Amino acid sequence: MLDAPTSPLAFVDAIRDGLDVAMQIDPHMICYGLGVDDPKRIFGTTTGLAEKYGNGRVFDVPTSEAAMTGIAVGAALRGVRSVTVHQRLDFFLLAMDQLINSAAKWHFMFGGQRSVPIVIRLILGRGWGQGPTHSQSLHSWFAHVPGLKVVMPTNAADAKGLLLSSIFDPNPVLFLEHRWLHQAVSEVPQGDYRLPIGQARVVAPGTDITITAMSYLVPEAIRAAEMLAKHGVSCEIIDLRTIRPLDLPAVSASVQKTGRLLALDSGLPICSVASEIVAFASERHFQSLRTAPRRLTMPDHPEATSFALTRDLHPSGESIASTVSDMLALPHRFARDPKAGPHDVPGAWFKGPF
Amino acid sequence: MNALPNDPSLKLVRDMLRVRMIEEAIAREYPKGEMRCPVHLSIGQEAVAVGVGAALERTDPAVSTHRSHAHYLAKGGDLKRFYAELFGKEAGCAKGRGGSMHLIDLDVGFEGSTAIVGNTIPVGVGLALGTQVRGENAVTCIFVGDGALEEGVFFESANFAVVRKLPVLFICENNNYSVYSPIRVRQPTGRKIHEFASSIGLHSQSHDGNDVFSVAETVKAAVDDVRAGKGPAFLEFATYRWLEHCGPYYDDNLGYRPEKDVAEWKARDPIRVAEAKMQNHPGFSSDVMERWRGEIATEIDAALVFARDAAWPDTATGGDYVYA
Repeated sequence: MLDAPTSPLAFVDAIRDGLDVAMQIDPHMICYGLGVDDPKRIFGTTTGLAEKYGNGRVFDVPTSEAAMTGIAVGAALRGVRSVTVHQRLDFFLLAMDQLINSAAKWHFMFGGQRSVPIVIRLILGRGWGQGPTHSQSLHSWFAHVPGLKVVMPTNAADAKGLLLSSIFDPNPVLFLEHRWLHQAVSEVPQGDYRLPIGQARVVAPGTDITITAMSYLVPEAIRAAEMLAKHGVSCEIIDLRTIRPLDLPAVSASVQKTGRLLALDSGLPICSVASEIVAFASERHFQSLRTAPRRLTMPDHPEATSFALTRDLHPSGESIASTVSDMLALPHRFARDPKAGPHDVPGAWFKGPF
Repeated sequence: MNALPNDPSLKLVRDMLRVRMIEEAIAREYPKGEMRCPVHLSIGQEAVAVGVGAALERTDPAVSTHRSHAHYLAKGGDLKRFYAELFGKEAGCAKGRGGSMHLIDLDVGFEGSTAIVGNTIPVGVGLALGTQVRGENAVTCIFVGDGALEEGVFFESANFAVVRKLPVLFICENNNYSVYSPIRVRQPTGRKIHEFASSIGLHSQSHDGNDVFSVAETVKAAVDDVRAGKGPAFLEFATYRWLEHCGPYYDDNLGYRPEKDVAEWKARDPIRVAEAKMQNHPGFSSDVMERWRGEIATEIDAALVFARDAAWPDTATGGDYVYA
């Protein structure tokens, strides 16, 4: 598919395109969730699908996260694939029994007789007062559970390619979309474009340090690398793209080359994916490390609502660059440009409310 | 294999006797320590399972709970693979990965039982949604107990089944207890489960669960209605578990339920109730019962030998089947 023609699409349009392609390929695939056919269409990610495929395949649902997750499992057992969506991950926490005890276990606990090909889209909020229960990035929770796959695309092309692979994967896949990436535009291959699950991408090759990142922290890491490049520091940025399975060989190759590791995580620090990567590198590549590996994550507390309390809450280009500089025993420290826009939105396009 | 009776009434009685004896064999063998998993026996509750099994087509999907032996067997689930599963053997119906609380036999539409109360309710509704999307003519049966009605996911799932008019039949065995907790401490006085279900929009009825003939008749009528597209239905059957919640023994020495209740329900043993009703039925007699007992005992003995002699799963395969 490398030669497929491309067109520039925003992340949301790439999701919509991926859903459309999948529903054409699989005449039984369904797509549901609170709001999939409402006037706003899940931030535009399901626009036109209800009209094209009808209410039997694209439909709004009761506010019943647990049941609707188990219903996806049951439909999958009957050969009906589904993509369900939650406008914030936090609501999906009501469905943990069905996720952990049903979806993740069904293939295992019945000796491989039935698999559960479902995709659950979870949108991650941040800033603009999303607060304690509209902003959680709990990919580490899900990554803890055998039987689940966890995908976190960073750009529009990866979003489409990973969505199509997730839909046609025989296992349950959690597909985490960062709200702040929804308007990111990139060249997206047309048609049935699939990107293998479990492959990280080297965003920028470098020699001094490996920075692993996911989701919205990838563009922040790129900003950090640009700041550091001005000081002669060469960063290798790895966009993990998939959280489970983690592409540890990609981490290995990079750490062996650079000898330094900074693991970023958009979630909390304890038992995080960053912790896992640091543990892995320490166990496997202790001899290659020239300095202690570090993590940069959210602080170990919830995100508050107040504008004042979210300043410097998440890893940023500046905090990443400062940490790298510290790890390299360099004197440079980086502060947010006071002329930059407010810290709690991804750009002028985001006007709230969620 | 012995010839099974063609007469539906005779078959109902024999099927109940068979489920009873299969579970009595578990209770008898369990103390040997070979079945190393929790078992939730349904001795005393056989009429519901057998009546439902008789009313469903083999191809109709069914899902169930932690107390699912009778449902699996009455749906036609394989006996040897059932015992082998309890013994943790590779030949088990779930290859030893699930045990007593995770039974499956796809050849007869038994899609799975699971251990968390209420867990298979939405899975069953999803199976029904799947049949609707694919245009298949099937009725999905969801077995629940009275405790599952207290799980939020029951309301959520039933509500969706009504909204989408899905071909679902809920079978509720109300045995009055959730482990040791009586329903009076769990649900408000005066509430009737079938009325609660009805208020959600399910076509609901309540019946005696210890009369296999009326169970079979009631379920058959409900299955026909659901299959005809009249929307999801809910049947509550009053019944009683004789043994402890989990394990092979009687536990009435603990005094958690009135002796009078236990005595009354045991006097209404579904097998004795059926025998009494069959007194003048052509082809039925105590001799026939004795013959069946002999046939079933032979079948059970062979199945236990199979399970006991079957190979363990290779320890190195403990991580198999995590991903498809």
